[in-house]
Amino acid sequence: MSAGTVTIRVRRGTPEEPSRVETFAVPYTEGMSVLDAVMWVHAHVDSTLAIRYACINANACKECMVRVDGKTGYACTSRLGPEGALIEPLDNKALIRDLVTDIVPPKERLAAHLSADG
Amino acid sequence: MPQLETDVLVIGAGGAGMYAAVAAAREGARVVLVDKSLVGRGGATIMAQMTVAAAVGEWEPDHWTHHLADTIEAGRGLCNERLAAILCEEAPVRIREMDSWRVGWAREDGRMRAVMAPGHKIPRCVYVDFLNTGPAVAKTLRTQVAQGAGIARVSGLSIADLAVHDGRVAGAVGINLEDGAPVGIAARAVILAAGGLTRLFRRNSASANMGGDAFALALNAGAELIDMEFPQFFPIGHLAPRLVGMDPIMWDPFRYKLGGRLLNGNMEEFIENYGEQDSGVYTAPRDITSYAIVKECEAGRGSPNGGVYLSFEHIPEPELRLAFGPVIDRLAKNGIDLTRRPIEVAPIAHYHMGGIRVDERMETRIAGLYAAGEAVGGANGANRLSGNAIPEAFVFGERAGRFAAERRSEAGAWRSDDDGRAERVVDGAHGSGRNNRAGLGALLRELQALMWDDVGLLRTEEGLSRALDRIRRMRDDDLPALAPARKTRFDHALLDWLDLRASLLAAESVALAALNRRESRGAHQREDFVETDPAYARNQVVTLSTDGALECDWAGIVEASHARAPLEAAE
Repeated sequence: MSAGTVTIRVRRGTPEEPSRVETFAVPYTEGMSVLDAVMWVHAHVDSTLAIRYACINANACKECMVRVDGKTGYACTSRLGPEGALIEPLDNKALIRDLVTDIVPPKERLAAHLSADG
Repeated sequence: MPQLETDVLVIGAGGAGMYAAVAAAREGARVVLVDKSLVGRGGATIMAQMTVAAAVGEWEPDHWTHHLADTIEAGRGLCNERLAAILCEEAPVRIREMDSWRVGWAREDGRMRAVMAPGHKIPRCVYVDFLNTGPAVAKTLRTQVAQGAGIARVSGLSIADLAVHDGRVAGAVGINLEDGAPVGIAARAVILAAGGLTRLFRRNSASANMGGDAFALALNAGAELIDMEFPQFFPIGHLAPRLVGMDPIMWDPFRYKLGGRLLNGNMEEFIENYGEQDSGVYTAPRDITSYAIVKECEAGRGSPNGGVYLSFEHIPEPELRLAFGPVIDRLAKNGIDLTRRPIEVAPIAHYHMGGIRVDERMETRIAGLYAAGEAVGGANGANRLSGNAIPEAFVFGERAGRFAAERRSEAGAWRSDDDGRAERVVDGAHGSGRNNRAGLGALLRELQALMWDDVGLLRTEEGLSRALDRIRRMRDDDLPALAPARKTRFDHALLDWLDLRASLLAAESVALAALNRRESRGAHQREDFVETDPAYARNQVVTLSTDGALECDWAGIVEASHARAPLEAAE
């Protein structure tokens, strides 16, 4: 099933620093998703690469939204072609780190309850 | 001072945790509901595709005692029958409550539709179309949680340790992922609702959070685990071709509605050779089907990717569309046309029968510490009946919340020296980070391979001993050396490290319990002890000693007698 490698470029960084695009070669499997590739890098190359996901492949948790070649979508349902892709954090949400943006509803943030509890 | 103070802290916000929060809040307790993912988005519940077993009795006459009899039979003699009876008796109550919250159970002619599932003698599994049970349940409970007075939701909070003094829980500590802040939460009662451990196995249907957190937290707090040697392998997890955006368990509902045929690599039916029937009906129990598939592959009669075939080729397309509507289009996008070729399936780690030992109030031996959902052990014995996981989340969640709320007027056990506990735990999880950044991923992969090969579907003393030895060295040597350098914002490597710390302890408890059970029963199949031995009709209890070693002991089966009620008497 494997047919060589595919190259993904990932925009990384935090709000405190200029972002950078890092390039990773990932084993290519026909039909693989963008999330498959990012999870592969996280597991095999750099566990500090940050991305949010929970259900992994079921399109149920709706946490893995990113931009793929400029287009917003879920990483788990975005197919990765042999030509590779540029993967970036959402641009309409505050950046936290790498592909993680602040998608937590305001009422579910710790800070909301710290202030409420004094 | 702790950062948060509450009556009831619920750890894990899947089906069981959300139900617990709602139940505690309506008793008047203040609740903090935390999840390391997003509240109501992570965990296993939202992944559920279809069946929820409950003797609602609208579709065909049924009674909970019949559901109980089927549950106990599936459990191969090891069910805690009191917990199983609670599960079966209260499941219809919770199903109707969810109905009143408009979850949308499928109906025909106004009656709640129920399907037959493997191991059941009456069609009693309700569902939400199409393959939408989990998302519908999660959405309904998210709404109830949001509307419940006194429930504070915290997403992105990873709990790392519980505070316990003199056998009484005092609260928990963890890390807020967004900014890396250590967090202490003082609570009069704590409910562990953080799910099972299926992520420990190489092939699994887990979400990212099913790494055994609840079990590690319970062990470290001094609570007991039970039946840890019994992980359930779902026999027909999707194998090939690659599917994107669909859960690997999806063929289960297809078989409920359409039958389908299970064929080996020679396109022959084979379940018959293992004492069960298949041929277009879906009734063979999960443990036997998984075993049969592994044995066919061992004998060289597997499919090209190492499983068997599942075929719906004999079913006309209009019938497929009627049963699964838009799902057929999603399959087409994945290049799958069920009328033209079979797909390949193979066993996949799916659920854990074992878990935290609780009484009928869902309380552990640590005062104020409760468990709910898949994290609870005992109700399902050595093999879980299809459809029992979601009712378990509802019923045990509701009970844990209701009983935990009774502690709302007690004095808390949080001490001033607990204030620094969160900081100490976070400090202890960090190191130089000098080790290569691929180390944590490599260690998890090694653990998953070890668990799959040596602690998986077919076990031997040699393999289990090898696994146990390696897991202990991973826990003592490999993990400490991989502690990452400290970062503040969304420290994914720290999250991985904490996950792995919990996973290794949970994995060790599975391997140790499996080594001690020198027989085959349900999901625990020993190649060196192939028969079921009546002398092992008892449960195994795992605890953590003060010097950090796991210890096992045996306990007698908890029995209850509930004769099957006559079905005419059903509502």
